[in-house]
Amino acid sequence: MNHKSSAVETTRHEQLGLTDAQVLEMYRTMLLSRRFDERGLLLQRSGKINFHVSGIGQEAAQVGSAFAFRKQHDYFLPYYRDYAFVLAVGMTVRELMLSIFAKAEDPNSAGRQMPGHFGSKRLNIVTGSSPVTTQVPHAAGIALVAKMKKQDIVTYASFGDGSSNQGDFHEGCNFAGVHKLPVVFVCENNQYAISVPYSKQVACESIADRAVGYGFPGVRVDGNDPLEVYRVTKEAHERARRGEGPTLIETVTYRISPHSTSDNDLAYRTKEEVDYHKGRDPIPRFREYLYACGVLSESVETDMEAELAGIIKEATTYADQAPFPQPEDTLKYVYGDESI
Amino acid sequence: MTTISYIDAINAAMQEELQRDENVFVLGEDVGVKGGVFGTTKGLMEQFGEERALDTPLAESAIAGVAIGAAMVGMRPIAEMQYSDFMLPATNQIISEAAKIRYRSNNDWQCPIVIRAPFGGGIFGGLYHSQCPESIFFGTPGLKIVAPSTPYDAKGLLLAAIRDEDPVLYFEHKKCYRSVTGEVPDEDYIVPIGKADVKREGDDITVITYGLTVHFALQAAEELAKEGIEAHIVDLRTLQPLDKEAILESVRRTGKVLILHEDNKTGGVGAEVSAIISEELLFELDAPIARLCGYDVPAMPISPPLEKFYMLNKDKVMEAMRKLALF
Ligand SMILES: Cc1ncc(C[n+]2csc(CCOP(=O)(O)OP(=O)(O)O)c2C)c(N)n1
Ligand SMILES: [Mg+2]
Repeated sequence: MNHKSSAVETTRHEQLGLTDAQVLEMYRTMLLSRRFDERGLLLQRSGKINFHVSGIGQEAAQVGSAFAFRKQHDYFLPYYRDYAFVLAVGMTVRELMLSIFAKAEDPNSAGRQMPGHFGSKRLNIVTGSSPVTTQVPHAAGIALVAKMKKQDIVTYASFGDGSSNQGDFHEGCNFAGVHKLPVVFVCENNQYAISVPYSKQVACESIADRAVGYGFPGVRVDGNDPLEVYRVTKEAHERARRGEGPTLIETVTYRISPHSTSDNDLAYRTKEEVDYHKGRDPIPRFREYLYACGVLSESVETDMEAELAGIIKEATTYADQAPFPQPEDTLKYVYGDESI
Repeated sequence: MTTISYIDAINAAMQEELQRDENVFVLGEDVGVKGGVFGTTKGLMEQFGEERALDTPLAESAIAGVAIGAAMVGMRPIAEMQYSDFMLPATNQIISEAAKIRYRSNNDWQCPIVIRAPFGGGIFGGLYHSQCPESIFFGTPGLKIVAPSTPYDAKGLLLAAIRDEDPVLYFEHKKCYRSVTGEVPDEDYIVPIGKADVKREGDDITVITYGLTVHFALQAAEELAKEGIEAHIVDLRTLQPLDKEAILESVRRTGKVLILHEDNKTGGVGAEVSAIISEELLFELDAPIARLCGYDVPAMPISPPLEKFYMLNKDKVMEAMRKLALF
């Protein structure tokens, strides 16, 4: 008989209670998001779409967070780079493509909003806007209702590092802290707010430090490590469910892409700096881990890449061919009563 | 029918809706234990508990933003701004968020909130406790704006606002709170949003107004009647969407119109009312459209002679009405 040696170490993900299938799904979601994002940039370059904003480099942080939440159960208020996050909680690539092509069938806004402005009642993804951090008080409001109605629901709200300077970030965190609300605030610290580096945005060493002022824990975590992000987010989620209140998590990452397709990032940072961070890309790093623990193999990977390429291709063609909204649709849905 | 004050009408509307619908709750600064700085929410915490008459931190954007979040998941929050002057920190939440949630999500999400805000002067409030901020929000599609002048309208419009599917800004005039009383039905009723009301009939001149100045117009009209001038007085009640039909019908009736409001003149609601009349009725007018409004100064000062100078009153209104009648 061929007994497994008891000396075999349990893997990091097993220690966190994640199965091989789950970590493989995490990896697949990161890669799917990356392939979508790359296609978005290409479509903008080729003039097929007008604008794209990318989350390249932040996939591990997003997927690590998302896997700690419950799909179609908890509430999500993501920010504009959260493609991997929304994919993880149920949005499809076809839906994202419809959004970047601004087509009528886009479930986020039917082509009304820029890419990255997510919303889907079906998926409990709460409609978002462009002015940064307005979603933070909304998340507190949703969490307040969960508390009032004694529902086992946790709310997620994310935003960037520069955005944590906004008044709504402060007001929303403070409200959630006072009422000990079941909400997890996630700051994706990618070191820049467009061209302005972290050092010119805040004087404190870590965004997580800000939590002290709101009376709840702040946790700084390597955002390039999806398992570590999962671990701290899971703890925050459990704290929230136990009625112990909010947590602020700072996932430390790097924005590998320019701010958006309208930005020339080499005007304010060097190629060397960007290359250094490309070398720390979370996707190859997680891939290596999965190979090391035998979850990923060449054949699994080849199949996965082929599957994802198929998904991206199908979604691109579908969205490209899908009809635009009717011009007069501009007039719809100002009020519930359409006669106004 | 029972005769009650304007403030009691507002309180009664909230009390009845909290009773009727478990999803309704009130939040704001000092609205719980204290019952509001004006006493508008008195008794609500005692009857419905701390969570449904919720004392919030002193942070208006959070008051609005939390209410918006709650509304998106099925609640009917009534967010109180302690004074409308302090509503400005919440302007982004109101204009960028509440007003656009239905539209930007292609009708997937809705935002049925009410934001109550005491407005207006005449109470020695100085620059920052006297303003009329309606023109800041007026012209923002997606918002509804109401400003009642009587207890009947105050209660009926608040009930309608709470039951409305869209965000409603509810401006209540501080000076009306205790100085205005009136009859209110004992049974359930609403005043539909978007409908103006003729407060007095007359055939000589039309006065279109809202809020406290409705009362100045009514008082002035009684005196002018002795001079043989009969004024037709329209209370807009809803500022957005404006009741265009009622505006045009009332102007058609007399051919002369005075638009009256406490908010400063430039860019005020009256400018839009005037534009509507010019677009549709210019050749039926017997006199130029007249406006009597607050002065274009940043806000009204506290010193008694200055406040008196700024504020409209029965005499100033009567003079403007007489001038128009004699044109
Ligand atoms: C209130 C507001 N001001 C300015 C902008 C324009 N803007 C969009 S993104 C951005 C930078 C945000 O940086 P950060 O919060 O670090 O997020 P990141 O884009 O780096 O992910 C700015 C200034 C905005 N959207 N909202
Ligand atoms: Mg940033």
